[in-house]
Amino acid sequence: MKHNYIKVFLISGFLIVFGTSCKKDLDRKPFYDVTSASVYSDFSNYKNVLAKCYGGLSLTGQVTGDGNADIGGVDVGYLRGFWQIQELPTDEAVIAWNDQYLLPMHSMDWTSQNLLLGAMYNRIFLQVMYCNEFLRQTTDAKLKENGISAADAAETKKYRAEVRFLRAFSYWHAIDFFGNVPFVTEDDPVGAFFPKQISRKDLFTYVESELKEIDADLAEPRTNEYPRADKAAAWALLANLYLNAEVYTGTPRYTDAITYCNKIINAGYKLEPTFENLFLADNDKAKNEIIFTIPYDGTNMKTYNGTTFLVHASVGGDMNATQDFGIDGGWYGLRTTKNIVNLFSDISGKTDSRALFHSSGQNLEINSITNFADGYPITKWRNITSTGAAGSDKTFVDTDFPVFRLGEIYLIYAEAVLRGGEGGSVSTALDYINQLRQRAYGNNSGNISAAQLTIDFILDERGRELMWEGKRRTDLIRFGKFTGSNYLWPWKGGIKEGKAVEDYRTIFPLPAADLIANPNLVQNTGYK
Amino acid sequence: MGLAQTGSISGKVVNQDQKALQGVSIILEGTTSGAITGANGDFKITAIKPGAYTVRAQFVGYTAQQSTVRVREGNTEVNFQLKVEATSLNEVVVIGYGTQRKKDLTGSIATVTEKDFNPGSLTSPAQLISGKVAGVQVISSGGAPGAGNTIRIRGGASLNASNDPLIVIDGVPVDNKGISGISNPLSLINPNDIESFSILKDASAAAIYGSRASNGVIIITTKKGVAGGELKVNFNSLQSLSNKTGIVDVLSADEYRTNLQQYLEKTENDPAARQAKLSLMGNANTNWQNEIYQTAFKTDNTLSFTGGIKALPYRLSVGYLNEDGILKTSNFNRVSGSLNLSPKFFDDHLSININLKGSLTQSRFANTGAIGAAVAFNPTQPVHVNQYDLNQPLSAINTNLGGYFEWVDKNGVPLQLAGKNPVSILEQEHNTAEANRSIGNIQLDYKFHFLPDLHANLNLGYDISKSHGTDIMPVTMASAYSLKGTTSKYSQTKHNKLLDFYFNYVKDLGAISSRIDATAGYSYQDFIRDEPAVQYVSGVGNDPARNPNKTQNTLVSYFGRLNYSFKNRYVLTGTIRTDGSSRFAPGNRWGVFPSGAFAWDIKQESFAKNFKALSLIKLRLGYGKTGQQDLTSNDYPYLAGYNMSDDASSFPFGNTWYNILRPSAYDQNIKWEQTTTLNVGIDFGFAEDRISGSVDYFIKKTNNLISRVITATGSNFSNILLTNVGDMENKGIEFNLNVIPVRSKNVNWSLNFNATHYDNKITNLTLSGVDDPTSPGTPAGATSFIGTSLQYHKVGYAPYTYYVQKQVYDAQGKPVEGSYADVNADGKVDEADFYHDKSPNPTLLLGLSSNITYKKVSLGFTMRANLGAYNYNSVAANTGYGEALSFANFLGNASSSIKQTGFLHNQQTSDYYIEKASFLRMDNINLAYNLGAIGKKVNLLLSANVQNVFVITDYSGLDPEVFNGIDNNFYPRPRIFSLGINLEF
Repeated sequence: MKHNYIKVFLISGFLIVFGTSCKKDLDRKPFYDVTSASVYSDFSNYKNVLAKCYGGLSLTGQVTGDGNADIGGVDVGYLRGFWQIQELPTDEAVIAWNDQYLLPMHSMDWTSQNLLLGAMYNRIFLQVMYCNEFLRQTTDAKLKENGISAADAAETKKYRAEVRFLRAFSYWHAIDFFGNVPFVTEDDPVGAFFPKQISRKDLFTYVESELKEIDADLAEPRTNEYPRADKAAAWALLANLYLNAEVYTGTPRYTDAITYCNKIINAGYKLEPTFENLFLADNDKAKNEIIFTIPYDGTNMKTYNGTTFLVHASVGGDMNATQDFGIDGGWYGLRTTKNIVNLFSDISGKTDSRALFHSSGQNLEINSITNFADGYPITKWRNITSTGAAGSDKTFVDTDFPVFRLGEIYLIYAEAVLRGGEGGSVSTALDYINQLRQRAYGNNSGNISAAQLTIDFILDERGRELMWEGKRRTDLIRFGKFTGSNYLWPWKGGIKEGKAVEDYRTIFPLPAADLIANPNLVQNTGYK
Repeated sequence: MGLAQTGSISGKVVNQDQKALQGVSIILEGTTSGAITGANGDFKITAIKPGAYTVRAQFVGYTAQQSTVRVREGNTEVNFQLKVEATSLNEVVVIGYGTQRKKDLTGSIATVTEKDFNPGSLTSPAQLISGKVAGVQVISSGGAPGAGNTIRIRGGASLNASNDPLIVIDGVPVDNKGISGISNPLSLINPNDIESFSILKDASAAAIYGSRASNGVIIITTKKGVAGGELKVNFNSLQSLSNKTGIVDVLSADEYRTNLQQYLEKTENDPAARQAKLSLMGNANTNWQNEIYQTAFKTDNTLSFTGGIKALPYRLSVGYLNEDGILKTSNFNRVSGSLNLSPKFFDDHLSININLKGSLTQSRFANTGAIGAAVAFNPTQPVHVNQYDLNQPLSAINTNLGGYFEWVDKNGVPLQLAGKNPVSILEQEHNTAEANRSIGNIQLDYKFHFLPDLHANLNLGYDISKSHGTDIMPVTMASAYSLKGTTSKYSQTKHNKLLDFYFNYVKDLGAISSRIDATAGYSYQDFIRDEPAVQYVSGVGNDPARNPNKTQNTLVSYFGRLNYSFKNRYVLTGTIRTDGSSRFAPGNRWGVFPSGAFAWDIKQESFAKNFKALSLIKLRLGYGKTGQQDLTSNDYPYLAGYNMSDDASSFPFGNTWYNILRPSAYDQNIKWEQTTTLNVGIDFGFAEDRISGSVDYFIKKTNNLISRVITATGSNFSNILLTNVGDMENKGIEFNLNVIPVRSKNVNWSLNFNATHYDNKITNLTLSGVDDPTSPGTPAGATSFIGTSLQYHKVGYAPYTYYVQKQVYDAQGKPVEGSYADVNADGKVDEADFYHDKSPNPTLLLGLSSNITYKKVSLGFTMRANLGAYNYNSVAANTGYGEALSFANFLGNASSSIKQTGFLHNQQTSDYYIEKASFLRMDNINLAYNLGAIGKKVNLLLSANVQNVFVITDYSGLDPEVFNGIDNNFYPRPRIFSLGINLEF
């Protein structure tokens, strides 16, 4: 009998020991994914994390073809969303697809529930979050804690400056689109909390101070490895910020805009001799003109976002997708309105090479937004190299998206001078504008006189030079033509002839979803 | 020798209370003689040749009895006392970690045994009990061979965590998440091997499985051998033919021609453009849906050997199933084996139970994209194009495409946006897989020598699967044309381990009229899923490597149960389980899940004994908490994880491509979701249980729902975070009734009716706790790249409530295109006018089964009805408008709903497409003829069966029964005709 009690005792003992050891099995770790603890203890990972801070602008997920997406629900990707928001509510673009959230972009009656606006808002803050995380994990204290060598720490300092540039870049979009938004920095936690709201003006001040603070740590212009940001990228962002400062804060800053344009121009940038090469599959070669770019690659960056969208969506009708555009088929989406076509006296491109329209089989008038045959597609974006070869893949496009380029800086300089900024001259402005026109015309025949250089001319010239480069909405707002009735285009306000739109629509509503999720937020004026 | 002399047998049959039983069949085995008892229970069989006979007395609801008698001249008297069948008295019910006497049950537990299983051609176990149990919904995900089922017990308690019940097979909780290479992991179990199902519905029954019990537990027990039994060989074979029940109503070729003409007249002003579109039409009259379906054959055979070699009871079975699907080229093939050994040693002190199950399957998956393609493909075009034909320049180049018609451009390149030929999709894509799975365990039950009331039970189990598949799309397939053909190969291994150990102590304490049944134990489970990188190769090359995937999670649990019965009429059960899950941070890892229940067998009270008509009345009351940690997406949600991108999603710095490390959204505080259930039930029986049943009322409240919610922007690495937010409430009532309307010598008729009503509502779903009534809520269901969600989770509404626009109708009741109501009355119609419409959840589920036996023939059927559910007719919404007829450079086809609506453009967000999906379906009707003994030893049974006999519904789509309501071209459920034979010897 005793013997059996011993048995029971032994079995129970065995179970207790076994049970305890099994408790350790609850500490399971991912097999392939890594955690923040291990990522930052090895410097060789830093560039892979930096790649997300940059790559968030290009890609939407971690797996080929936008798989393992960064965000849930409707997602259009950063650049695709940015481009649609900057172009669709303007005279530059209509899209044939009748997605529920695209049509209000044309009729300009979007609400706080618009999914495109919601997706863009999410994308902006996702960038901010990725950047904050990098900054949080690479402070001097953390570097020391992780045993990062002095040399690697010095390199990390450069990364940090670039990451702060990227964060400022996205916050600039927040200023431009949404105005008064939630505000988080590396000092905030990650989890489930309610960020505070910042005013448009205060965010402007923050972005400005950030860009100035990082100047010392950024690489000299044109010395960083492609496509990382350098000092000139930050200057170009500042120039844009100051150009629009009156809209953003009520205080004009045109002199500051000229200051930063001069810095860039003096850094040795040159216009790319052939205008069209700026938008082709090998436009990474146009380094002399392009200051900051969002890269794409048909082999190593397979996404439907970005230029893959731009090239495919603007092809349809009798356009030859494979031969002329280097893609496997058009998506029958994007065209432009007659207002843009009419900026050119000759639309063939033979006089002004910037007149890149496809008119065959298309109607100039847009009777129906959803009919691809109405309106002219713009043939600027193509997956063909400057030598005529096709890109590396027919579905995914190689063409990079130039964000800032010298051509735009010339236009900012001229506009800032005309708007009363100091530190520049009308004669230099005229020279810059004529440099752009000489490139476009191939000779002096398109040159203008000082008398012709008016503020309205600048807007038209921006249309000619920068159409479909994601600038138009901001331009029209700055010129007071986006809302109201003093400038109309087909389908502005939802009717063919165009009609007036309320002034509060110069900024977008905060998404309803975030107003519910974050009780600290107050909606922008005019919106519910 | 003179005239043969005869004798007779007479006697009386009574029940346990010595009451005479009328209508009992008395059978003289081996002869054609017999009798039936009269009003006073008497019977007499005459003219029996002298000899030894076995006399059997049988009566529905009672255990049959037999007696051997030697008949001589004159009368021999034999009396019987029949006992009510064990099913209702001393029956033992399988519950978690052991069994319990049915009379000691305090929770809501339903059992279904083999005799009540749905007959017919069934590939997956869950189909056996469809419509049989109140509160249990089995929805097949479609008619594909080996297709899966969604099982819901009481409607589910979670939003984003799994709503699947826990399934335990012979003591092994199995992994019922997907296994790649097979559509349904449970179809790896041969239904013919199953003996019974126990369904634990309420918390007090299920809480012993704490961590995985919130959505109920299904315990499946397979057939076993019998100690000392003779070898019995059973061969069961079923041959079936399946056919489609109908097709989606689309325009015929002629209707199409008229409609296109009308559409172009309305929308295309330019006659030349109009003519260009019209000239795209072909001369064929193709019904594409008829082209993709076939009559399919299925054979299902099981051979089993049951018996006992002395003290070693065994059962061995082998099964072979080969099933073609009605969608051309789909096929499922299964070889299954099952072995059970249950020996006992040391004077029965050690019982060993070994179960091994294995199956090898091969599937060919037909691309179900062909179903939608057939709806939308142009009916004026032919399936095949032959040789180069100058008169048909468009089709001429199609010789590149395997001889199938496709829409191509002038260079012969298939148009990207055009629909693809569905027949080509089916015949050219070759998507095959093999999946093998084995589940097994060894259970040692030791009854202590010095204390036989105490048992120690050790259960070691495994659930392993290995699968791999290859999907080949040749260059001649239009969708693979630009990639010059593609091949992708994938594989998966799953290794799940189990260890349970528990003590069980049962003691009758006669002195104080008590009985104690106590259990305490420990359980360890570990799950590993390993998926090597998909090998993807395209004809154009340039294919970057994909990432592999591997994940593991572990559960450690301690549990205890005490069942105390006093005077055989008051029963108390208490359970407690503590679970640790590797999915949560150490501080949140452990959850405690207690439950308590009380049952009162009122019939045992002296005051109730006078009500003779009442054979059973029992009150049950239970309350308990269960947990949920079965996240569907991520095993490490609390860790600040970084995910590495694949090579095709990398970023360049200089000339080097860097894979991207992305911080994942995480919630370090994520913890157990908890469901509290209150259950009140009454079991009743009348007229010796000829009428019996139960009524249960329950309230389930789930707190800390593991939900994917929209977070405050700027607070985490995604807009949507998996965290504990929100509460849900589910109230319901279940009713179950068994009736035996006729019980006589030749005719027996039994009926089962069950009804379930639910009301499921989300009560909170924001982190801030504040809900803005004007907000749509959280998007639910799939959202496409550019699409919007049609269903939302919203406070005050059922999960997956539709969120749509209110259609405006004209005086004739016709929907006015693009005209929607100003729901918020702000003077304009915009996105803010979407409203929360109906939900896809049925509010009332009904089931009716009937079985009539006349002599050797039996006829049975099962019917089900769902009321109160609404579907979104996605097929009509996506194709039911003019624009679907004609695209820029190709043509399509439209749903016939265009004839009612006349819509020119897509109106996908209109509530016009939300349709009532109530239905009555006859699931099966079965006719069996039991030929009985053929020759000496062989018993033969023949059966004929029709499944999915008919559906009565107002729903305009093909089939109203769609899980979660979005009806978008799922694989149609066929009608199946089967003939079966069962031989036993």
